[in-house]
Amino acid sequence: MQVLYGRHHVRVFRFGLRLVRDEQIAEDLISEVFLDVWRQAGKFEGRSAVSTWLLAITRFKALSALRRRKDVELDDEAANAIEDKSDDPEVAVQKKDTSEVLRRCLTALSPDHREIVDLVYYHEKSVEEVAEIVGIPENTVKTRLFYARKKLAELLKAAGVERGWP
Amino acid sequence: MMATSKKILEQEPSDVELLLPWHAAGTLNARDARRVDEALSRDPELAKQYAAIQEEYAGTIHLNESLGAPSARAMQKLFAAIDGEPARHGSLTLSLSTRIAGFFASLSPRTLAWSASLGALALLLQAGLIGAVLVKNQPASFQTASLSMNEPVTRAIGPEAPPRALVRFAPEARVAEITTLLDLYQASIVDGAKGGLFRLQFGNKAMTKDEAAALMGKLQNEKIVSLAVATP
Repeated sequence: MQVLYGRHHVRVFRFGLRLVRDEQIAEDLISEVFLDVWRQAGKFEGRSAVSTWLLAITRFKALSALRRRKDVELDDEAANAIEDKSDDPEVAVQKKDTSEVLRRCLTALSPDHREIVDLVYYHEKSVEEVAEIVGIPENTVKTRLFYARKKLAELLKAAGVERGWP
Repeated sequence: MMATSKKILEQEPSDVELLLPWHAAGTLNARDARRVDEALSRDPELAKQYAAIQEEYAGTIHLNESLGAPSARAMQKLFAAIDGEPARHGSLTLSLSTRIAGFFASLSPRTLAWSASLGALALLLQAGLIGAVLVKNQPASFQTASLSMNEPVTRAIGPEAPPRALVRFAPEARVAEITTLLDLYQASIVDGAKGGLFRLQFGNKAMTKDEAAALMGKLQNEKIVSLAVATP
């Protein structure tokens, strides 16, 4: 368990933190996820990578935690509120720091979009693995990421960053 | 022109276009990766979109890496919770035995038969080795003051002893192949395996120097032999 924890806890933490946006809750999630793994080790059938299994459990736990924390529901509306709060992207553009703007816009995506962007780009999960973690068909995985990217492009454009796409 | 580009935007994305993020992350299979590469080389618009994706990819990694790591509190909490869990030895044992049973149940009768045959051969080989070691370690009743206990008995019988060699078998050599080779060369294992080397004795008769050298050369050329060195 120590080896498994040592190898995966940082990525589990970061994935959870991006979903729940609260370090304390994200840390609690880690304990819950690995405790579940400890309890259910016999159920792991080895059909997918361990990291895929861990991320699927983390996602489930994170969504449960979000449901419990009603005051910070992270639906599209909340994501937009986060976006509205920060006028900083424009300031950053003035400083020609487009990578900082990109990061802020990535943070401002909706939970569904953030999750799929992170899984594909950061956790380097294939279409099949994302489908398994999120529990949606593979074609939906592809189109969801496409629309997440379009939304990101809109946010960037609103912040004054033109990238030539779309 | 604007209308055209708007129309393009409203169109459903192509299959290749949808795969671009996975291409940037290097998680496509070889066939899809080739397909995307070909499309990128002939479509400048797609290449422009791919450049934007590479920026997103780098930005996402940078963002996630900047999130830091959890404190030690998370680990302490986890292992305290695990310590508080009831012992699971029984269920683990059951699970292991179930898995073993499941494994054998999944084998075909033919596979099981071959496995049993190989197991029997391995036992025979092991028995031969043990026998050889026991015989070697028995005190010789005809020992003289000039004969060392550690010298092979056959050596003491006369100067014309059968040839011997230290042999290392190839790692992929199977038990069946080794026993076939031993039969072919009328060889027996008289000692081993120290450092993966077996001491073989060939037949019961002495050979001339040339015959022994030819035998070593032939043995060395065997596919399953990685090393054969003549030894007293």
